[in-house]
Amino acid sequence: MLAIVAMLVKESIVFFQHVSLWEFLTDTQWTPLFDDAHYGILPLISGTVVSSVIALMVALPLGTIIAIYLSEFAPFSVREIAKPFLELLGGVPTVVYGYFALLFVTPLLQIIFPELPGFNLLSAGLVMGIMIIPYVSSMTEDAMRAVPMNLREGSYAMGATRFQTAIRVVMPAAFSGIAAAYILGISRAVGETMVVAIAAGMQPNLTWNPMEPAATITAYIVQVSLGDLPHGSIGYQTIFAAGLTLLLITLVFNIIGHVLRKRYREIY
Amino acid sequence: MQNHTEQDAGGRIFKSEVKNLSFYYGEFNALKSINMVLHDKKITALIGPSGCGKSTFLRCFNRMHDLYSGNRYEGEIILYPDDVNILAHNVDPIEVRMRISMVFQKPNPFPKSIYENVAYGLRVRGIKQRAILDEKVESALRNSALWDEVKDRLHDLAFNLSGGQQQRLCIARALATDPEILLFDEPTSALDPIATASIEELITDLKSKVTILIVTHNMQQAARVSDYTAYMYLGELIEFNVTDTIFIKPKNKQTEDYITGRFG
Repeated sequence: MLAIVAMLVKESIVFFQHVSLWEFLTDTQWTPLFDDAHYGILPLISGTVVSSVIALMVALPLGTIIAIYLSEFAPFSVREIAKPFLELLGGVPTVVYGYFALLFVTPLLQIIFPELPGFNLLSAGLVMGIMIIPYVSSMTEDAMRAVPMNLREGSYAMGATRFQTAIRVVMPAAFSGIAAAYILGISRAVGETMVVAIAAGMQPNLTWNPMEPAATITAYIVQVSLGDLPHGSIGYQTIFAAGLTLLLITLVFNIIGHVLRKRYREIY
Repeated sequence: MQNHTEQDAGGRIFKSEVKNLSFYYGEFNALKSINMVLHDKKITALIGPSGCGKSTFLRCFNRMHDLYSGNRYEGEIILYPDDVNILAHNVDPIEVRMRISMVFQKPNPFPKSIYENVAYGLRVRGIKQRAILDEKVESALRNSALWDEVKDRLHDLAFNLSGGQQQRLCIARALATDPEILLFDEPTSALDPIATASIEELITDLKSKVTILIVTHNMQQAARVSDYTAYMYLGELIEFNVTDTIFIKPKNKQTEDYITGRFG
């Protein structure tokens, strides 16, 4: 871990000797490989944010609903089948999801939105959301199942229904575990590479419109890593600066998660 | 539904009557054909050695066993005055729990504020009016002798209270919905002697308002708080009588052995 950070920081320092931090943060174009090079990270961040937000809009609600169902409602037999199935879903290679988005979901969406381009953030985000569901639901379910039975009994004894017990007692009691599940989901969405690289196009594009193609930070890193840029060139170093940005974003989320966990410790 | 009161020969009013109650955890026969009554606004204690079925019996009264599959009741528990068998299949366990509240062995406050813990039962009944909630919460906390200690921090988390306070909060929670019967499942076994004394005092005070059934492994506690005592052993009700009679001159040899500490 330290070695990774050290490498990112070392290469990024070289990068920032060529490009000012100000330009990096404010320039609205990211064209390091063109003759007219611009080094603004914003287009990559917008692509990352849009695709992640779409993914989380799918993954967090559905993952939570699945977790509530499995933990509080599902009979034993259903849970025994559903859990391994969900874990299997989590084991599908991301490249498969990428082509699923590009070749299946995008054409499907084009029936509803005929002007949708072949590469777009919407399709990539939706499929990424589906991909993240198992992570969110599995961790959320674990957190809810860890809530002791005597709390549930206390709620049932007051005349609460299963649903009221799940929403009003079990979920608040499992809050810190659920927060951890959400943070993991967010980190995965932000760091996901293959789906967006395949299905969202690879052109950095400062847009908040999910119907447009765009590149995310991760997609850009893949793109450069695949190319034959000379080692040590400025273009090569851009991926370290981009990688460092990504690391900082996920670090922020992890700190938020940590703070939430501390504030709402699990006390049963 | 008809309304009439069942009484015994001495004119004492029954709140509930247990008729041939048997209970099964899967194949295991945990309660064997129990017949007993609960007298209205009296405290009835269930005593007996561990594993005798006293908690199992208690939990029949609010259909707690329905939460787990494979459990089966036989017989009846009639609730008066409306003469309804709360174990009947067409009776919704939630309806039963709306009328019969329970306090558990270990204090189990919800991860909510003190106020919301007490208001919980009212909220699940759909009561939203602030004035009603405020009033019920205050009176429940007063009845559980907790009001003076918490009135300035009603919106603090319930976990910040001490063990004894948490248990009194759980009693307030159970009282807030005006139950007809209050079930206590060894309510002081997780508490120190001082907290235990305050809970016992509270239970004694509560009998003017509600019929109480309490499970205890502590015979002195049964003697101190209860009006009637039932001695159970291996799923059977061995003896049921006025507490003084049970403790001073039990009719059954087994009961006497247990009471005098020769057994159990």
